[in-house]
Parts: sequence; structure tokens; C-alpha cells
Amino acid sequence: MGATLARAAVHHAPPQGFIRKYVFSVDHKVIGIQYTTLSLVAAFVGMALSWAMRIHLAWPDARIPLLSLLSPNGMPGGVMTPEYYLSLMTMHGTIMAFFVLTAAPMAGYGNFMLPIQVGAADMAFPRLNMASFWVTFVGFVLACATFIIPDGPPLSGWTAYPPLSAVGPAAGPGQGWGQNLWGLSIALFCVASLLGALNFIVTTLELRTKGMTLSRLPISTWAWFINAGVSLLAFAVLLPTCLLLVLDRLGGTSFFIPGGLVFNDQLQPHAGGSPLLFQHLFWFFGHPEVYIIILPAFGIVSHILPTFIRKPLVGGWKVITFAMAAVGTLSFVVWGHHMFVSGMSPYMAMVFSVPTLFITIPSVIAVLIWVFSLYRSNLRFDTPLLFSLGFLSLFITGGIGGFFLAQPSTDSYLHATTFVVGHFHFTMGLSAIFATFAGFYYWYPKMFGRMLSEKLGKVHFWLSFVGVYCVFMTMHLTGFAGAVRRYSAFVDDFMVPLIPTNRFISVAALLLGAAQFIFLFNAIWSRFKGPKAADNPWGATTLEWDTTSPPPFDNFGGRQMTVCHGPMEYDGEAAVMQTSPESSVAGT
Amino acid sequence: MDQSSVAATTHHDVVMEPSPYAIEKKKLGMWVFIVSDACTFGAFLFAYGYMRVGAPVWGTPFEFSSILNGVVMTAVLLSSSLTMLASVRAAQAGAKASAMKWLGVTMLLGGIFAALHLREWFKLIGEGWRLFHNPTGGAAQFGATFFSVTGLHLSHVVSGVIALAFIARGYQRDRYDASHVETVGLYWHFVDLVWMFVFPLMYLMNAR
Amino acid sequence: MSGKIFAVLVALITLVTAYCVIAHVWWMPVDISVHGPKIDSQLEETVLVAGTLFIAGQLVLAAFVFLYGTSRTKTKQIPGGAKPLVLFAFILVGAEILALSFIGSKAWGAVYFSAPDPGSLPIDVQAGQFAYYFRYAGPDGKFGNLHPELINEGTQNYFGLDPEHDPDARDDIVTAELAIPVNKPILLTLHSKDVGHSFYVRELRVQQDFVPGLNLPIHFTATQTGRFEIVCTQLCGLGHYNMKAYLSVLSQADFDEWLKKQAAMQ
Ligand code: HEA
Ligand code: HEA
Ligand code: CUA
Ligand SMILES: [Cu+2]
Repeated sequence: MGATLARAAVHHAPPQGFIRKYVFSVDHKVIGIQYTTLSLVAAFVGMALSWAMRIHLAWPDARIPLLSLLSPNGMPGGVMTPEYYLSLMTMHGTIMAFFVLTAAPMAGYGNFMLPIQVGAADMAFPRLNMASFWVTFVGFVLACATFIIPDGPPLSGWTAYPPLSAVGPAAGPGQGWGQNLWGLSIALFCVASLLGALNFIVTTLELRTKGMTLSRLPISTWAWFINAGVSLLAFAVLLPTCLLLVLDRLGGTSFFIPGGLVFNDQLQPHAGGSPLLFQHLFWFFGHPEVYIIILPAFGIVSHILPTFIRKPLVGGWKVITFAMAAVGTLSFVVWGHHMFVSGMSPYMAMVFSVPTLFITIPSVIAVLIWVFSLYRSNLRFDTPLLFSLGFLSLFITGGIGGFFLAQPSTDSYLHATTFVVGHFHFTMGLSAIFATFAGFYYWYPKMFGRMLSEKLGKVHFWLSFVGVYCVFMTMHLTGFAGAVRRYSAFVDDFMVPLIPTNRFISVAALLLGAAQFIFLFNAIWSRFKGPKAADNPWGATTLEWDTTSPPPFDNFGGRQMTVCHGPMEYDGEAAVMQTSPESSVAGT
Repeated sequence: MDQSSVAATTHHDVVMEPSPYAIEKKKLGMWVFIVSDACTFGAFLFAYGYMRVGAPVWGTPFEFSSILNGVVMTAVLLSSSLTMLASVRAAQAGAKASAMKWLGVTMLLGGIFAALHLREWFKLIGEGWRLFHNPTGGAAQFGATFFSVTGLHLSHVVSGVIALAFIARGYQRDRYDASHVETVGLYWHFVDLVWMFVFPLMYLMNAR
Repeated sequence: MSGKIFAVLVALITLVTAYCVIAHVWWMPVDISVHGPKIDSQLEETVLVAGTLFIAGQLVLAAFVFLYGTSRTKTKQIPGGAKPLVLFAFILVGAEILALSFIGSKAWGAVYFSAPDPGSLPIDVQAGQFAYYFRYAGPDGKFGNLHPELINEGTQNYFGLDPEHDPDARDDIVTAELAIPVNKPILLTLHSKDVGHSFYVRELRVQQDFVPGLNLPIHFTATQTGRFEIVCTQLCGLGHYNMKAYLSVLSQADFDEWLKKQAAMQ
């Protein structure tokens, strides 16, 4: 393939001055770190919320002092009201799914690493890139603002089903401005994600350095690229969905609100809308969204494994990449599996069930590839590997839950039970998080030029791994027993016996959360006190390890990077850099 | 091309893999944007269809004058696509003056389209149509879908005119070249194409 | 070292989980509906199929991590490369999937594709924040029309009936508890007065959402007498956790008795 002489993406000289350098920077590396930091903050907010939820579930009349400062009427006398529980739950889900897991693994690491991995000096559209971060930031601020406005955050769940989410304050506390802010916040998040996806796609296709043919792209790049494609279509549908919801709330329209609704004896003016329309639109986005969350995790793990098992993945780049592409494509035809009992035609249920079961095939292929790549390998148990292995175990467990939920017959019992909560915490809520951690431990030296503490990293891993199973495997089991989700207290004759089990879950959850502070300490402390990082501490082969840590402003100090190898040329201690025709780095 | 010359180049000229589609990034970016924007319109139109099928009675308010107005708008927008084309051709041929002229005409036509559209809107509003009210007693969803879908399209037209003005200014001062004109042209044709769906669905299907 | 710990840990977790599921430490309550057993056996089937994959997956992972944690200079790919894995996935999992969706569709169809028995007892169910109300047609066998604007908790006109002008509505029996005769086909019509709710009776293996604007039919036959909980499983607001009613399955005689009493109390 003949290379062409093209203007590299360095339209801009290194910026001067603090603001341009660190705040409104167009440098993809700074933006990547901004995204990562944002999602780190968001994650701890979300975690604090889950703590409050768990405490309330285990000890319904416990006093939670700090929260009562935040919301006097949500926490009269420091005791959480049922509606405030739901508000916290809604924001927990929203923040975690959008601002943590759609931010860090994709926009955070992707921004920092993708241009370097393809040998570009920056993203294709640096200003657009900056715009998408700051739009995301405003979205996050709006989401947090719901906590301080008088009527508090919305209580309609992260799925915001109308009419509950559409008719306004009549439906309950938090359904006033809380819900409006929620809608606007998500709408902004959509816009940002669309801009980001556009940037990722164009960068991958247009800015590959000489020799970086598509077949030599690192798997992580492939994952981000495929994921950008999925985001581009999915968020383009969530955006109008949010707009229509806000129109129903503020414009008096009735897209999602049928006629004849009565709230405390008041007949509502609306007529003719359809709640199912919203469910279809939301889940048409919602299911791809969950794969938008897992695909970067696939990429990160596929990128990290070869480095630490010192051999390529089975089947090279092709099989795993096709598996990811298949998952991404199929994810658009299965959304109805969230609506089996929602009054959709039972025949449609079958229509959605079959592709849902088939989408497990590419996932199984991916898992088999990862697991069987370990065969006769040479494992190096640094923290990134541990978290990658943790990811494998968690993803298998979470995915297996999918088999139960994918069938209308069994789902009609398990739907809306804690089995579902367990399922999506294993998949989304923690295998993706574990991959995010793996990426963090793996790339931190490159991002900040310092090593994280291995000791603390390992402690963090063991506590998290055990904690996760204690919390969410137990939720699967109580789900079998028919424990219902989104309950702020267990008053049913049926749920009362499960209270001790829930105490256990809560205690485990508190410990699991506590373990995250080890991570936080490690991340902050090492930033200043950690040992200086070598350029290539892991003995890896891709371009990001072929430059200084952290990389210079134009990523390669003006060197012409010429790629002559695939990304996974490992053999035991030996490994071949993508750029080097002859020399090979000895594994550290 | 030979590598030795590359080695010598400054770090601002780096040898890259050729784009798989052999188009430069601005244009690819615009195509990608168009794909996702099409999905957004698609979702709006899907909602419209869903509402319409679900409605027991769907008032069809447009009498001949509105349809005629719509036809004129369509003609205006179509011809604006042609003038856009002419402008791009001229720009690529390096005929700056005529490219600018055609850009001007395109913006003018865009403006006329917007004006006609707003006139239609105010007429309807005058007749009592609202996002949530249907004076003919039919489904209130008519107003909701009509104003939101055409509103979305109108906003695209207006921002298109602004973009054209912006590009024209840069092109005038040689900050931008023919490729910029071509890229904004892509957007303009897309807005036109969308109207080719909106017009039959929103006007013709709602004719008395 | 880490490798061995990890492997043992994973194996341990897998076994404990497997035990809890197989020994039914936490499990579904008794099954009191005619279609229920089909769903239960489908669930057992899935436990078998997916459970095997779960155990296989975790244990293979554990085994490899255990074995290859030691440093060696030369690595090897598995014989045959990726092909056997892909084939395994397609054939084995594909077969399981087909089996599941085939048998599964039977179980599902038994509940949802079958038309309700013409002789079934029709009951009208209305969900609202945060209570269920049930309506029996009364002697004339006809349900009165609903007028949402007439709904009034104060006068206990929960359904918005209009007895003055609507003879069908006069003898409708409205109750806060759902009583049904045992072994008789029941046909519920679910409609909501405000937001989405759900009708979930674990023992009946029935879960169906109330969707505002729709009347959703659901039919079943109870095979045991007793008192069971109906809970709301669709997030509907602050009282969601506390929205419930009771289902009493009575002998035909007791049921007629009960219905008379309710009629008298209207
Ligand atoms: C990252 C997120 C993520 C991922 C990856 C998945 C993956 C899957 N999900 Fe999940 N899901 C969610 C996030 C996710 N889900 C969320 C957030 C919800 C709830 C939303 C809400 O209601 O709030 C949900 C809910 C949900 C439902 C609706 C439940 C209900 O509400 O009633 C269903 C139903 O079909 C489903 C199915 C599946 C399936 C079939 C997969 C499959 O893709 C799984 C594929 C993976 C595997 C099958 C494992 C592969 C490995 C093996 C099988 C081992 C083999 C190996 C060896 C033998 C060595 N999911
Ligand atoms: C990313 C997704 C995510 C994550 C990580 C979590 C994490 C946790 N969640 Fe959450 N949860 C959801 C997504 C998530 N959740 C969603 C979508 C819902 C549904 C809401 C609804 O029903 O509407 C939900 C609902 C939900 C419920 C159900 C409420 C109900 O139905 O009544 C509960 C109850 O216990 C719960 C608890 C927890 C706990 C104890 C954790 C613990 O794991 C917390 C410990 C935290 C971690 C282990 C992760 C820490 C992460 C980092 C520090 C990130 C690091 C960042 C970088 C490296 C950049 N969650
Ligand atoms: Cu009614 Cu939840
Ligand atoms: Cu899904």
C-alpha cells in the first residue's frame, strides 16, 4: 500500500499559559486525562450514593448525618425517605452508566491513547474534541445540580419511564425540575458522545502513520473504533428521545403520555401518547449502550493480556476483532429483551429473544479466545493482569445471567428482581469497571510518568474481587427467590425473611467501597511520590510505549514513526516493537 | 513515493497511510456527522409514524394553499442545491468570484425557504394550532409532530445558512479553500435530502 | 503465587455458587399455577445448560492461571489455533441456544400464545399510586364503562363508574383484594390510572406490566387454595416498595360466599 505525504495533525503549536495548557486545552492527552478525572470523581459520587442506598436497605432507620445536610427534606432527622432512596438510586445508575463507564474507558483512555497508537500527533478535530469534553462536563454539573435544587433528584430510575417521568410534579417528588435537569444533562451527554465518536472514527481512518495498516491496529484501537460506530447511531437516537421527553414536560406535548390519567383525582390534560414508544426508543439506545460500555473493556483487556502473558491472542487480531464487530452490530436488534413483560406482543418477545441468545455467540468466542490464550503462556502477575483476569471471571458470570434473562419464559419470573441487578452489576457495573482499572494500572505510567504502587494495587484487587462476588452473586440468588428491585424497604411478607441476606450484602458493599479508597490513595500519592516510570515499563510493543512517559506535545517529538509489525508480536521474554524492523525489547 | 525525501522532512510533514476512502478528513467527518444526524431525524419520523398510526382520528389540516406553499419551498430548496453545486464546481475550478456569487445565491434561497416556512408556521399558529392543541379536533399529536419535525429541519436550514456565511467569509479571505466549500456543500445537500422526506410525510400526507 | 491464589479463589467461588443454586438455598416459592411447571422446568433447563458453561468457563480459567503462572521463555499457542474455539462456540452454544429458544418458546407460548378459556372468570384490575383495585362484573355479567374524570378516592369511586346513567355499572363489585376460585380459568384485564405498574405473583409465575393507555389481558388457573402476595414490580413512585395486594385462592363455595359479602358491602 503506497504511503502518501500528508500534513500531520499538528495544526497547533504547543499552547502557552495555564488556561490553554490545562483547562481549555485542545491536546488530546490533556483531554483524555480530563475525561478520566471526571469519571473518577463521578465514580466516587456514584459509589457514595450506593453506600447510602445499601445502608438504608440494611438498616432502614439508620441516620446518615452528611446526607441530611445535603437534603433536609429528603432525610428528615437524618433518616432516608423512600422517595429519596429512589432519587439516589436514579442518580447512582445515571452517573455510573453515563459519566463513569461511557467516559473513562472510551473517551478517557481512548482520547489519550488512540492517536498515539495509530501514530498521529492529535485527534482529527482537536477543537471539537475539547468541545465534547466541556459539554460532558456541563452535563455532569447539571446532573449533580439535581441534588441541591429544592425538590431533589428525579426518582424515575435511570430508565426514566413515562408517564412517571413525563407528567411532572404530580407524579411525585423530584419529578419537577429534577427530571428536567436530568433530561437536559443526558441530552448534553449525547451531543458530547456524538462529537467524540465522530472524532474517533475520522482519526482512526485518516491519521494512521506510515505502515499502520488496518491489520496492524492494536485491538484497543479496533475496539474504540467499532465502539465509536455504535455510539454514533445509539446516541443519535437517545438525543431526540430526551428532547421529546423534555417537550412533553415543558412544551405540553403528549408523545409519551396517554389520555385519561388521573393523579390524586385530577384528570391530566394530556391525550394520545404512548409509553411504549418511549420504551422502544430508550432501549433501542439502551441495549447498544450497554455494549458501548463493554466494548472498550474488551479492547483494553485484549490489549493488555498479550503483554502480560507474553504471547499473542489465539487467532491474532482477526478473530477477536470480528467478535467485537459482531457484538456491536447485533446489539441493535435485541432491545426488546428489556420489554418482555411490558405489554409488547408476545410474538415480538420471541422475535427479540432469539437474536439476544445469538449475541452470546460472539461473546463466548471472545471469552474462549482470552481464556485459551492463557494456555502455555507466561503469566506476569502485575496488577493490570490481575484486573484483566478478574474481568474474565466477572464477565463470564455476568454473561451467564444473560441466558436466564434472554428467554421470555424465565424472564417473566426474573424480570425486575435483584437477579437483573446482579446481572448488570457483574457485566456493566463491574467487569467493565475491572477493565477500566486494568487500563488505569497499565497506562498510568504513560499518562503521568510515574509508577503506581504494586502492593496497594494488589490489595485493591483482592478486596474488590472478593467483594464483588459477595455483593452481586448474592443478589443473583435473592433474585431467584423473587426479591424485587427498586424497593426502598422490605415490607412484603415475602421480602422480610431476606433482610438478613441484605444486611450481608450491605456489609460486603461497604467493604467493597472502602477498598476503592486504597485505589484513590494510590492514584493520588503515586502521582507525586511514585517512582519515575520508564518509557516502556511493561515491555509492550505498541506505539504508545515507543515514546517518552508522558509523551511530548506532538507525541513522538517529530520522529517519523514507520510501522512494520502487528501489535502482538510477543514470545516469552522477547517482544518486537511495532516500529522496529530489527531490534526487539527484552521483557522487563 | 521515495522514503529518503521523507526522512528529511520537518516534523510537520509526516508520512501517513492513505485514507481508505481517499477523501480528506473534513469530508469524512461531514459524512459521519450526516449518518448520525440522519438517525436523529429517523427517530423523530419514527415517533411521528407511531403517533399517527396510534391516533383514532388524525386531522389533515392542509388545504391547497399550504400545499402550494410547500411546493414552492421545495422548489426553492432544490434549486439552492443546484446553486450550491455550481458554487462548488466554480470553487474547484478556481473561479473564486463566481463561487462566491453562487454561495450568495444559495444563502439567499435558504433565507427565502426559512421565511416561507415561518410564514406557514405563523399561519398555523394563527389558526390556533399548538404543540398540544388541534383546532380541528383531531389528534393533538399533529401539532406536536409537525412543529418538532419541521422545527428540527428549519433549525438545520438556518444553521446551514450561517455555516455558509462563515465559510464564504473565510473563503473570501483565503483562509478556506474549495474543499471547505465542498464540505459545507455536503451538509447543504443533506438538509435538502431530509426535506425530500419531511415534505411528503408532513405536508402531502396531511393534505385535506 | 498470586496465580495460585487467584485460581483457588475462582474455583472456590464457583463451587459455592454452584452449591447455592443446585441446593436451592434461595429459590422460587411453591408453584400454584397450571402453566407454572413449564416455566420452572425451563428455568431448571437453563440452570443446567448455562450452569455447565459457567462452571466450565470459570474452572478452565482457574486451571490455566494455576498452571501457567510459572515463568517460561518459550510460549506456545493451543494446537489448532482459533478455529476449534470458534467452532465450539458456534456448534455447542448454538445448539444450546436453539434448544433453549425452542423449548422456551413452548413454555412462553403455553402462557401467552394460548387464547383464554371462553369459560374463564373475567376480572378487571386497576393499578394506581399505590394500590390495586379489582372489579367483578356482578350478576349481569357486564362491566360498566369507565369515566376517569369521575375517579374520586373520597367517594370511593376508584374506577370512575357512573351508576346513575350506566346500568351495567350498578352491580359491579369493587374490591381491594383479589379472590378467585381454585382450578377455574381466570382472565384479568390490567389497566393503570396513572403511571406504569406491574402485577407480580411469584407463586403464580405471572408478571405483567400495567401500561397506561392499554388494557392488557392475562390469564391463568390456580391449582391450590391459599393467600398470596401481589406486588408491584414496575417503578411507580415513592410508594412503589409498599404497593401490594393479596390474592386469595378459594374453593368455589367459599368464593361465591365471599363475592356475596363483597356485593353486600358496595
Ligand atoms: C455491559 C453491560 C451489559 C452486558 C455486556 C450485558 C450482556 C448481556 N445481557 Fe444484559 N443488561 C445490562 C447490561 C449488560 N448486559 C443492563 C444494564 C441491564 C438492565 C437495565 C435495567 O433494567 O436497568 C441488562 C438487562 C438484561 C436483560 C433484561 C432483563 C430484564 O429487565 O428483565 C436481558 C434479557 O435478555 C439481558 C441479556 C443479556 C445477554 C444475553 C447478554 C450477553 O451479551 C452476555 C454474553 C456473555 C456470555 C454468554 C458469557 C460468555 C462466556 C461463557 C459462556 C463461558 C464459556 C467459556 C468457556 C466454556 C471456557 N440483559
Ligand atoms: C457502572 C455501573 C455501576 C456500578 C459500578 C455500580 C456499583 C455499585 N452499585 Fe449499582 N447500579 C447501576 C450501575 C452501577 N452500579 C445501575 C445502572 C443501577 C440501576 C438503577 C435503576 O434501577 O434505575 C444500579 C442499581 C443499584 C442497586 C439497586 C437499587 C435497587 O434496585 O433498589 C444497588 C443496590 O445495592 C446498587 C449497588 C451498587 C454497589 C454496592 C456498587 C459497588 O460496586 C460500588 C463500589 C464501586 C466500585 C467497585 C467501582 C469504583 C469505580 C471506580 C473507582 C472507577 C475508577 C475510575 C477510573 C479508573 C477512571 N446499584
Ligand atoms: Cu406500582 Cu410500583
Ligand atoms: Cu439489553
